[in-house]
Amino acid sequence: MNLKNKLLSSYIAYEDHLEADSPINDLKSKAIKIFEAEGFPSKKQEDWKYTSLNSLLKTDYSLSPRKDHALEFKDVKRYFLHDIDTYKVVFVDGVYSSFLSETTHDKIDVCLLSAALSKPKYQPVIETYFNKAAKDDSLTSLNTAFAREGAYIFIPKHIEVEKPIEIINFSTGNEAALMLQPRNLIIVGENAHVQIIERHQSLSENPVLTNSVTEIFAEKRAYLDYYKIQNDNETASLIDTTYVDQQEQSNCRVHTFSFGGNMTRNNLNYYQRGERCDSTLKGITILEGKQHVDHNTLVNHIEPNCESHQDYKGIFGDSSTGVFNGKVVVEKEAQKTDAFQQNNNILIDDKATINAKPQLEIFADDVKCSHGCTIGQLDEEALFYLRSRGIGQKEARALLMYAFANNVLESVKIPELKRRINKLIATKIGVNMGFDL
Amino acid sequence: MGKFTEDDLKKELETKEYEYGFYTDIASETFPAGLNEEIVRAISMKKEEPEWMTDWRLESFRHWKKMIEPEWANVKYEKPDFQAISYYSAPTTKPKYDSIDEVDPELLDTFNRLGISLEEQKKLAGVAVDIVMDSVSVATTFKKTLAEKGIIFCSISEAIKEHPELVKKYIGTVVPQKDNFYAALNSAVFSDGSFCYIPKGVRCPMELSTYFRINQAGTGQFERTLVIADEGSYVSYLEGCTAPSRDENQLHAAVVELIALDNAEIKYSTVQNWYPGGKDGKGGVYNFVTKRGLCEKNAKISWTQVETGSAVTWKYPSCILKGDNSIGEFYSIAVTNNYQQADTGTKMIHLGKNTRSTIISKGISAGKSQNSYRGLVKISPRAENARNFSQCDSLLMGNQCGAHTFPYIEAKNKSAKIEHEATTSKIGEDQIFYCNQRGIDTEKAIALIVNGFSKEVLNKLPMEFAVEAQKLLEISLEGSVG
Repeated sequence: MNLKNKLLSSYIAYEDHLEADSPINDLKSKAIKIFEAEGFPSKKQEDWKYTSLNSLLKTDYSLSPRKDHALEFKDVKRYFLHDIDTYKVVFVDGVYSSFLSETTHDKIDVCLLSAALSKPKYQPVIETYFNKAAKDDSLTSLNTAFAREGAYIFIPKHIEVEKPIEIINFSTGNEAALMLQPRNLIIVGENAHVQIIERHQSLSENPVLTNSVTEIFAEKRAYLDYYKIQNDNETASLIDTTYVDQQEQSNCRVHTFSFGGNMTRNNLNYYQRGERCDSTLKGITILEGKQHVDHNTLVNHIEPNCESHQDYKGIFGDSSTGVFNGKVVVEKEAQKTDAFQQNNNILIDDKATINAKPQLEIFADDVKCSHGCTIGQLDEEALFYLRSRGIGQKEARALLMYAFANNVLESVKIPELKRRINKLIATKIGVNMGFDL
Repeated sequence: MGKFTEDDLKKELETKEYEYGFYTDIASETFPAGLNEEIVRAISMKKEEPEWMTDWRLESFRHWKKMIEPEWANVKYEKPDFQAISYYSAPTTKPKYDSIDEVDPELLDTFNRLGISLEEQKKLAGVAVDIVMDSVSVATTFKKTLAEKGIIFCSISEAIKEHPELVKKYIGTVVPQKDNFYAALNSAVFSDGSFCYIPKGVRCPMELSTYFRINQAGTGQFERTLVIADEGSYVSYLEGCTAPSRDENQLHAAVVELIALDNAEIKYSTVQNWYPGGKDGKGGVYNFVTKRGLCEKNAKISWTQVETGSAVTWKYPSCILKGDNSIGEFYSIAVTNNYQQADTGTKMIHLGKNTRSTIISKGISAGKSQNSYRGLVKISPRAENARNFSQCDSLLMGNQCGAHTFPYIEAKNKSAKIEHEATTSKIGEDQIFYCNQRGIDTEKAIALIVNGFSKEVLNKLPMEFAVEAQKLLEISLEGSVG
C-alpha cells in the first residue's frame, strides 16, 4: 500500500477518535479531501521542479507511534540550549514529554496545541487564528488533517518574553520508520517580543519523515525572532512549512540553518497585511554527501511601505544539491515597497548541484525591488594569500567559508545560539577555528 | 534621439492609431481553413518539394497532433482555433523578377508606405533584402554580389530545391520537430522563410535582412529560418516586422535555427513591431516563436531583439554552447503597453568548457500590460569554467501593469561562475522634473529616460536598426504617462 492510501485509510480510524464537537473537525475533513484529491506533490509541479519526494514515499512509515518513550535529559542535553534558561516544549515521537518540557501559563502561554484545541478557554483564540494563515496545498492539508500535537505559544500585548522558547521534536527510533506531523501555532500580541528556536532531532538511524506546519501571527508592532536548526541525521527528512502573517509595523525574522538531514524542504511564506512591516528571511546551508535542501520562500507585499530582506548563503560539497526558489510578490496597493533578495552559493565538489530560481512579480510602480544570485567558488587569490601567511589549506578554506556565511550569522541575536551554530559550522567544515565570530 | 523633431512627434501623435495598418489586396491563393495530413501534403506539393521534405512535414504533423498547447507562460489569451486557420496563402502573381520594375506596383506601393524603398536600400545601406510577403519570397536583391562570395541567401523553399543536401543536413537539428507545440506546428506547415549559408572563412560583406509581413486576413504565418555559418565565417542578420491592423487575432509561429560551426559568428537582430491590438486589448498578433542557436568550438551567437509589438509574445531566443570556448549573448528590450503581454527571455545551455554567456534584458511595462522575463542558465557537469552574467531590469509606468522575473539557474559544475541581478524601478519624478525645468516636455523626457534605460541594448543593434528601434520605443510608449 502506498503512503497516500495508508494515510487516507488511517485517517478513517483516526477520525473516530476525534472529539465530537471540536470546532476544527470540519477543517480536518475538508483538509483530508484536498489531500486525497491532490496527493503528494510531484516534480511536474513548478514549485517542486527540483525536489522529488518519490524516494521518501517508498518507506513504510508508522503513523501512530506507541506511548511516550522516556528519554533521560542527560542523553539529549546537547540538543538543548542548555547553558541558558529557556522555556521548552518537547515532543518525543510526536507525543508531548512533560518530563523534558518546561512550559508556562504565567502571563504568557507556552504549552501544547492539543490542550489549546480541547479546552474551551482557548476556543476564541483557536477560532480566530487556527488554520487562518495556512494555505490549502496538499502537504499543509495533510498536516491539518492529522495535526493533534505541537507547540501553542500565545504572547499577550506588551509583554517581552524574558527567555527564549525552544520547540524540540525528538524521534527515538523505536519505530522502524516514523512519520511525524507536528503543528505549531504562535501568536505574538501587540508590541510583544519573543524569541523561538525550533529543532527536529532523530536519535537513531531509522528513517523519519516530518511534515511540519507552523503558523505565526504577528500583531501590531510585534517582534519575533525565529531560528530553525536543521542538523538532523542523514536518515531524517523534513518538510517544514511556515506561514507568517504580519500586521502593521511588526517585525518578523526567520533564520534557517540547514546542515543536516537527508532531504529538507523549507516553505517559508510571509504575508504582510499591514503597513510598514519588516520581514527578514535568512539562511545558511552547508551540505555534503547526498543531502538535499530546498528553500522555497514567498514574500507577499500586500500593503504599502513595507520592507523585506532575504539573504541565503549556501555551500555545497560532495554530491549534495541545493535549491533556492525565492519569490517576491508586490501587489498593486503595495507602493513604496523595499524588497531585497540575495542568494549566494559556493560549489565545492564536482558533483554538487545548485538550482536557483529567484523570482519577482511586481504590480506596483513606485517600488524598490532587486535580487541578486551568484554561484561561484572560493577565491583562489584569497586562498593563496592566506596560505602564503602560513595558514594550512584546510584552515584557509574554512576561514573563507566562515567569512562567506558570516553576514547571516551576524544577525543571530541570542549569543548562546550564535556560539552553538558557530560550532556546528566548524564541525561541518571539519576544522576547529579556535575562535568565535 | 537623432533627427526626430517635435514636428515629427506631432505628426506621429496624429496618426497614432497604427501607422502601418493598411491592407493590400493582392489576388492571393488561399487554402481552405483547417489542418490535416491532406493540407500538409498539399502545402508540400504546392511548393514542389522533394519527398523527404513531405515526409518530414508529415512526421512533424503526427507529433504535433499528440502535443498539447503549453500553458506555463505568464500570459492569458484566447487559444487560437487551429482548425480555423488557413495554412497557406501566397501572392499568385509570382514570376521570378530580375529587376524591381517587374514587381507588382501595388506591392511596391505597400513597401513604400512601410518606408522600405528597395532602390534606396540597395544604394544606401548595402542591405540585401529578401522580402517575404505572406510567405512567398517575391524579390531578392544583391544575390549576385553574395553569390560571388559563395554565400547562399534565398528563400527556404528555394533552398530545399536547390541545396537539399544542406537543408537536409541541418534542418531540425537545433529545434527538433517535437521540440514544442508551436515548433512542431511550424515544422508541419511552414510556408516559407529564409535560408542563409556562409561558406568557410567568408565574412559576409553586408547586413542580410528580411522583412516579414502578415497580410492576408486569417492566415497564420509560419516562417522557417535557417542560418548556417560554416567554419570561421561571419554574418549579421536582421529581421524586422510590421503587420496591418486586423481585429481578429493573427497567429505567428516561427522557427529560427542558427548554426555556428567552429570559429564562426552569427549576429541576429530583430525588431518586432506587429500589431499590438487596440487600446481596449482587442485584436493583435499572437507571436509564439522558437529561436535557437547552436555554437560549435570558439563560435559566437548574439541575439538582439527589440520587441514592441504583438498582443501576446512568447519567445525565448536561446544558445546551446556546445563547443569549447563558445560564446552566447542575448540583448533584449521588451516594451508592453495597453493590454499587451510579453513572456520573453533566453536560455543559455553551457555544455562545452570555458563557455561564456551574457544576458541583458530590459523590460518596460506601461498601461495595463504584463511583461515577464523568463530565462534559464544551465551549466552541465562537463562545462568547466563556464561563466554567465545576467541582468534583468524592469521599468514600470503606473500601477496597472506588472513586471515579472522568472530566472532559472542550474549549476552542476563547481567551477561555474554565475551572476544574476534584477532590479525594478520607475521613472523618477526628479528625473522628469529635471528635464521639465530645462524645457523638455514630459512626453519627450520619458522618451529620453527610456532611451537611456535601453541604451545598453540599442547599442548592440546595427546602425540602420538602432535609429528605427529608438523611434519605435517612443511611439509605443506614447500616452502611457498620465
